[in-house]
Formats: sequence, structure tokens, C-alpha cells
Amino acid sequence: MKILTSCPKLMIGALIAALVLPFGVACAVDGTLTIVTSYPPDTTTTFKKAFEKKYPGVKVEMLKKKTTAGIKYLQETSSNNKSDMFWASAPDAFEVLKGDNLLVKYDVKVKGIPEKVGSFPVNDPDGYYKGFAASGYGIMWNTRYLKAKKLPVATEWAQLKNPIYHGHVGMSAPSRSGTTHLTVETLIQGMGWDKGWAEWKAIGGNFKTITARSFGVPDGVNSGQFGLGIVIDFFGLSSKASGFPVDYAYPKLTTLVPANIAIVKNAPNAKAAAAFIEFLMSTQGQELLLDPKIRRLPVNPATYAKAPEGFPNPFKDSSIGAAVKFDLGLSKSRYNVVNSLFDVMITYRIDELRAAVKAVQDAKAAMAGKSNADAAKLIAEAEALISKMPISEAKASEKDFASIFKKKRKKATTKITGRQAEVEGGWDNMVKANYAKAVELANKAKSML
Amino acid sequence: MSVLSKSERGPAAVGLLIAVLLALFLLIPVLKVIYVAFLDANTGELTLINFKDFFASSLFRESFYNSLYVAAMSVVFATLIALPLAYFTTRFNFSGAIIIQTLGIIPLIMPPFVGAVAMKLLFGSNGSVNLLLEEYFGINIPFMEGLNGVILVESIHYFPFILINLSAALVNIDRSMEESAQNLGSHGFRMFRRIVFPLAMPGFLAGAALVFIKVFDDLGTPLLLDVNKMLAPQAYLRITSIGISDPMGYVISVILIAFSLLSLYVSLMAMKGKDYATAQKGGGGLSKRDLKPHEKVATYALVLFILAVVLSPHLGLLLLSFGTVWSFAVLPDAYTFAHYVKVASEASQYISNTLLYAGIAALFDVILGTAIAYIVFRTKLTGRKWLDYGATMALAVPGVVLGIGYLRTFYTIDVPFVDQPLATWWVIIVIALTVRRLPYALRSCVAAIQQVSPMLEEAAENLGATKGRTVMRIVVPLMSGGILAGFVTSFATASVELSATIMLVSRESDAPLAFGIYEFMQSASGRGPGAALGMIAVVLVGLGTYFSHKIIERTEKSRSSTRPVNEEAEA
Repeated sequence: MKILTSCPKLMIGALIAALVLPFGVACAVDGTLTIVTSYPPDTTTTFKKAFEKKYPGVKVEMLKKKTTAGIKYLQETSSNNKSDMFWASAPDAFEVLKGDNLLVKYDVKVKGIPEKVGSFPVNDPDGYYKGFAASGYGIMWNTRYLKAKKLPVATEWAQLKNPIYHGHVGMSAPSRSGTTHLTVETLIQGMGWDKGWAEWKAIGGNFKTITARSFGVPDGVNSGQFGLGIVIDFFGLSSKASGFPVDYAYPKLTTLVPANIAIVKNAPNAKAAAAFIEFLMSTQGQELLLDPKIRRLPVNPATYAKAPEGFPNPFKDSSIGAAVKFDLGLSKSRYNVVNSLFDVMITYRIDELRAAVKAVQDAKAAMAGKSNADAAKLIAEAEALISKMPISEAKASEKDFASIFKKKRKKATTKITGRQAEVEGGWDNMVKANYAKAVELANKAKSML
Repeated sequence: MSVLSKSERGPAAVGLLIAVLLALFLLIPVLKVIYVAFLDANTGELTLINFKDFFASSLFRESFYNSLYVAAMSVVFATLIALPLAYFTTRFNFSGAIIIQTLGIIPLIMPPFVGAVAMKLLFGSNGSVNLLLEEYFGINIPFMEGLNGVILVESIHYFPFILINLSAALVNIDRSMEESAQNLGSHGFRMFRRIVFPLAMPGFLAGAALVFIKVFDDLGTPLLLDVNKMLAPQAYLRITSIGISDPMGYVISVILIAFSLLSLYVSLMAMKGKDYATAQKGGGGLSKRDLKPHEKVATYALVLFILAVVLSPHLGLLLLSFGTVWSFAVLPDAYTFAHYVKVASEASQYISNTLLYAGIAALFDVILGTAIAYIVFRTKLTGRKWLDYGATMALAVPGVVLGIGYLRTFYTIDVPFVDQPLATWWVIIVIALTVRRLPYALRSCVAAIQQVSPMLEEAAENLGATKGRTVMRIVVPLMSGGILAGFVTSFATASVELSATIMLVSRESDAPLAFGIYEFMQSASGRGPGAALGMIAVVLVGLGTYFSHKIIERTEKSRSSTRPVNEEAEA
């Protein structure tokens, strides 16, 4: 907590300066403000321009990193930090940084922002990071695509398991995108470890592709490469605002979480950073969020008066994001393990998973209207094999185990047994064999019908 | 140093300086990456356990196999594209041969990932071609599914390497060989198979090895096509999502380097045979003959079809850059200039950055290339060949590996006065581009110096000119054509580079074009402007290349040199 000790000094300095220079030059905000952010140029440029206009002395530099890469970047550069702020969506990413002691506390001065959005507190209860907009995760779809392929609209996660959507759904990997990680974790927390993962695998079996970038999903839906995508709301809303024939909906089981901003520890320009936070929360900053290229949900309820018709308002529509109570601590304890599990079981084995799920879907279709106890048993076995998890929920959060996946050790003496590649290799072998066996069982069941 | 004659001291000092630069910016960063692959991440001891983990994992084994498969198949497809173009344009009197050869080189000046975006819209499972096929024939061809897409995009992008080398080799074939074969009764396809193609083999192999290396190492294309079960994407994904200390990324890097070196070695061995082939040169290239009318129709149809395929990414990009909304449709809904207006107002720094970075890099490349070529061919310094090998080794280092190496090596080194680590300063991007494109410029300079007779230099020295003066006034002016060609190749390819720069760009204001296009393409409203920026890049680099070629041609003509066409492109 270096900032706490240096704070009085700063205040004394400011006091002296204020006495010597009665016109408050000490408050002048200038210099370069370096922000590590995961946001696209449309968002960053809009805010950069508006902020620089308000504070002509400040030059804003945006360092574009994917959320996960941004965390790594701040961790690896902490010994020689040159960044002032971290600006990204996923609160769990901020939790990781807070846990590594890389952020400093800040008190927002702007008034009028409620404590909660959905069931989630807007600001970090410990005071390290601040929510400036709300985001929920949901489903976007291409209306032309669905019409041409004669598919109905899906608005709930469970609907995406339906065999009619086989090969029509797209998603990004949680290890590649902080927002996707949150979606994955929300469903697992909402349905429980085993059921939640089984749900993801069943949906995954219908995937056309798993994109390496989170924007790959809206891009694929916009251009019609696939019909439906699992995305964060502003991707869907801004695509629609850009004129693409797409639409977006929140499923019931979604978390409305704040998108956040925080000041990095030892920030070279903490003063400009504070000004940027205040700007984001101000009426002007909140209204910028409604820009058609950005389209995020403001955290100030008053701003919605200026929103276009049909724009979701979580402060009025209480059904958005109220169903799950998201446990940040739990998410943090298994952050890397969940990423790795998803990659091993779904991302890198998508062909095998797709084949297994398809075989079960086909067997079930053949089963429809008939009764055959042996075949039903085989199908149930196949489904159990697909859903089987290599580790239990308790194991995933176990400190010693999770630390295998955490590369940055606090002390050189911390002893870790096991290597990530070794553990993942073991999971991979199990998962691959199970998927192959599931195909075999499902085909056998189908041949009996 | 006292053993050196006075005239060798200057070159020795320059050679030493180049060796130090190569060690600092190529060897040490790469060795740092290799070293980590042999460290136990938990204990910090030297170990082979990471390689054991690599080969024990079926995911990594499959990625390894997929990378080999994609690289090999891309060579096959690139050959299928390049062979007819090279053969028809060098073997027959064919109007428009120059246009075909020029158009054939255009794919090189577009970042492959940009091509991938356009190809997805045209050839994807719901792209224009498949939508038409589905409507009229009820079929859907998976051009772009999984590895197919990578092979298609890569072979369309990299076939010019084979085209250039093969054309040069065909032009250099001794006509007497062909005549002997004809006298002995061979003709047609048999003569091509038994005489012409084997004689052109070294050129073909050189191009094929380059295609193999480039595809094996390429990151952007598989990443954009969402193919992650390949080596380069695995290395990138491991390092960016697990962390820079995960050993697997480094193990993959070592394997990438090892295979690239191997294919480079194979091609160098093959190039040795080429000296033999040109040593007994009789007449200038194969005799050209006229095509019969029906042959002409068939040939034109084939060549036009190939060109249509090869230029399809450019067509797709053009449509995208003028289109408003293009979604699940054969063509965009409407057309507009808005994207170009937006790019002109917001993205000019990408263009100026690119011109600056690629310009400086290409300039350094030809200076270093000329110096190395001079030291290798005009001095007797010990170890001079190693400068050549060292610089050429950069070909075998994937951009990602160089990027990681720079981050590891230079992050802790602060640049005085600028007050930031060298690894995040924009100059590091220029250095990376210089190192990565040096082999291209070097080959051109080597080719150029081999055609300058040492007698001219001796004459100058006999008349009292110093060594330095001789180099500046005699050697460099005589090499100017080759040097310019080297500059163009380095510049054009450096301006579309992404794989090393994506790791090194730390600030938007420092970003070059390829990175800017990549960034633009990450938002719904940015696709059009990104495509517009891509078109501007293609046109700018294309014009630059064209005018430089014009200048080369003119200087060539004025010197009435006998240098064979396209030799500069043997990089």
C-alpha cells in the first residue's frame, strides 16, 4: 500500500503549492495518460477525443491488449510500471489484478450512481475498481441467416442445445476473452459445476467454430458465417446500430456485471487517471456510451432518458441479470483452471466433441416415438461420457492445484509440483477417449432402433 | 588486427559491427527463447521434460502434424498456380506476359490475414460462391473449412515466391539443352518433364522451400480463420493467454526454428546445383514459340482462371471497402465512399508510420546487404561466410519468436532520454522489420555484386583511388539496380508484416498499417474502414513496387547489363 504512505506527502505538496500559487495550478491535469484497455478503437477513440478536448494538456495513449493479455502485461511490467489505468469489461480480471496488489484505491466524486445494477454491486466493495457501464451476456443472431435456413430465434442458453442448431452457433474461448470467461463462469455457477459444464459441452457440440478473438463471434454473425453467437451485449447492440441484419437478447440466466476501470499501482500520471475516471462517470461520459458505435448500458439511471427506443434499461426491467448471484471470489479461485478446462475439453477438441454430440443427437432422433430400454441406456451412457469432468469442483479451487496454472509465483521458494502441460495432456487423453467411446455407444444405440 | 593488410582493416571493422548487430538483435533474442524451452518452469533447472510433455500431448502432436500437412499442401497448390503461369509466359510468345507476371506478384503485398477476411466472405460456407452454388445447384463446397481454408489462403498468398524463382530458372536454362533434346526426338510434355523441369529444379526448390517456411511459421492466417490446432497459433495462444513464462510456447518456437532451418538447408543444397547449370551457359533461355489458335484459347482460359482465383482476395477487399452492409448475401447491399473518408481522417498515422518504418528498415537492409555482399565476395576475411549465413538465418526465425525474444531481452533495458524500455519503443519495430527482411535485400545485393567485374575496381585502385572511394564511386553505382530491387522487396514485404509487430506494438500511435487494419477489423463498424485501409496499402505498395521496377529497368537499359530478369527476387 505504497499509495497510502505517499498520500500525505502528496497532500502536503498540494497544500504548499496551493498556498504559493493561489490560482490552483497544482490541480492542473497534464502529461501523457497511458491506459491499458481491451476496447475496440470505436470506443477508445470516442472517449480519447472527448477527454482530450476537455483537458487539452493531456495526451491519452491507449495500449490495446486482450483482457487476459492485459493482465499478463501489467503483471510482467509491474517492476517497471509505465501504465496509468486498466480499462476493461470483466470484473474478475480486476479481481486478479487486485489480488496481485497491482491496483490502488480511488473514491469517485461524481454523485447519482446507484450501488447495484442487476444483483451486482457497481463498484468494487473494497474500492479498487469502479464500474462505468453495465454489460450482460446473451445471444445475437443474423435475421437473414435464420430466415434462409428456416431456424427459429433462440433466446435461452438451453435452446442452443437443440439439434436444429447443429453447426450454426459460434463462441469465443474463455482463455481468449475476459467477457467470454464470465459467461462460462456464470452458467457454471448458475447450474452447478457438473451440470453447467455438461450444458457447455452440449451447446459446444452445436458450434460451427470457436473464434480466437472475442470479436470473431459478432463478426461471424454479422457476415453470416454462422447464424447465432454467444456475445457480450454491446457487440450485438453496436452491430445492430451499424446496420447489420442482426438482433440481440438476454437469456434469463445471465449476469449483469459492470465494465470497469481502475488506477494501476505506481501510476506515472495518477492525477490524469483520476480525472479520466471522473470524466467517465460524468453526465457527458455516460452519454457517450449511447453512441451507436459503442452502445453500452450506462450506470447512471438518468442517462437512459436519452437512450433510443427499445434500448434495454436494467434499472427499469428487473428481469435482466437478476437470476444469478455471481460469486467473484469463487471465480477468482479457479480462473485459470476453468480457462484451461474449456480449452482442453471444447476449444481444441471441437471436432471430436461435435462428432460425439451429433451421434447422440442422431440416436435420440431415431429413438423418438420408440421405446427400447437397451438403446436408451446406451444413449444415457454416451451422454454421461461426454459430460464427464476430469476434475471435481473442489479440486478446481484447491490452492495447490490451481497454482500449477498460475505461472507468476510470489516467491521463488514457492514449491509447485506438476506442470500445466502435463496435467492438460492427461485431461486431453481422457476427454478424447470419452468422446470417441460416446460416438461408438450412440451409433450402437442407433443401429438397435 | 596487425595481420590484416591496411586495405582490409575498414571492411573488417564494418564486418565486426554487422556481426555484433546480428548477435544483438537476432542471435541473443532467439537463443533466449530457445534457452527457456530447456528450463524447468518450477525449479529453473535445465531439463528436457518440456519436450517430453510436448510429444506426450496428443494436442501438440496433432498441431505438429497439421502444420506439416498445411505447409506441404500449400507448396503443392502454390505450384499448381505458379507452374502454368511461369511456363506459359516464359516458353511461348504470349501477349500480356509482363502483366501476368506483375499481377502474379500482387498477392505478396497484401497482409495474408486481410486476404483471409476477404476470402471468407467470398468462399466461406455462407460466402458469395457457396450461396450461388446452393441456390442453383444445391451444393456447398467447404473451401474454407478448417485446414482447407488455411491452405487456400496461404497458397494464393505465397505462390509468387515459386513463380518468381521458377520464371528466373526457366529463363536461365541453356537453350542448347533444349535443342539437343529436340534433336534426339524429345518434345512436348515429355521434354518438359525430362529436360526443362529438372533443369529448373533448383529455382523451383528455392521457391518451394520459402513457401514451406512461410506457411509453417504463419500466425495471422490460421488465427483469423479460427484454426488453432497448428503450431504457430498454439505458441501464440500459449504465450498470450497462459503467460510469457509458460514453457510450451518456447518448445514450439524451437520446433518451428528447427524445421525452418532444415528446409532452408535443403533449398541451399539444391541451389548449389544451380551454379553448375548456369556455368556452361550457351544461349539466352528457352526458345519461345507461337501458340496455335486452339492452344491459345485454352491457355488464355487457364491463365485467366488462375488470375481470377489469385486476385479474388483483392476483389473481396475492394467490395468490402465500398460496401455498406455485407451480410449473408452474394454482394454488399449498397455502396459508399464513407469508409475511405473515415480512414483518411482517422488512420493517416498508420500509413505514415508504415512508410517510415518500412522505409528505414529497407534502407538499413540494403546498406547491410551491400556491406555483407562486399565482405563476402571482395575480401578474404576469415569467417566472412558466416555473416551471410547469420543474416540468412533470419528467414528461419518466425516473427512471433523474434517478437517474444525481443520482449524477453529488451524489456529490462531502458532507453536513455526516452525513459521507456527498448522493447516498447517504436524503434524496436523498425529493428524487427530490418532483421526479418535482411535476407531478401541480401540476396539481391549478392546477385548484383556477382555481376560487377572486380577488374573495374582494380582499375580504379591502380589509378590511385582508395578502397572506400572505389566502393562509393565504382561498386555501389554498378550495383544500383540490384540494391534498388532489394530495397523494393524489403520495403514491400515489411509494410505488410504483422506477426512480429503484433507482439511489439505497445501504443496505438506507434502502430503500422497491418496492425491498424487488424485493429479496425475488431469492431462491427470498423470492417469497412479496415478494408479501405487495406486497399490503400495494396495500392501504395503496388505503385511503389511498380515505379521502382521502372527505375530498375531504365538503369538496366542504360547500362545495357546482361543481368537476367528477376534475379533480384531469389530471396
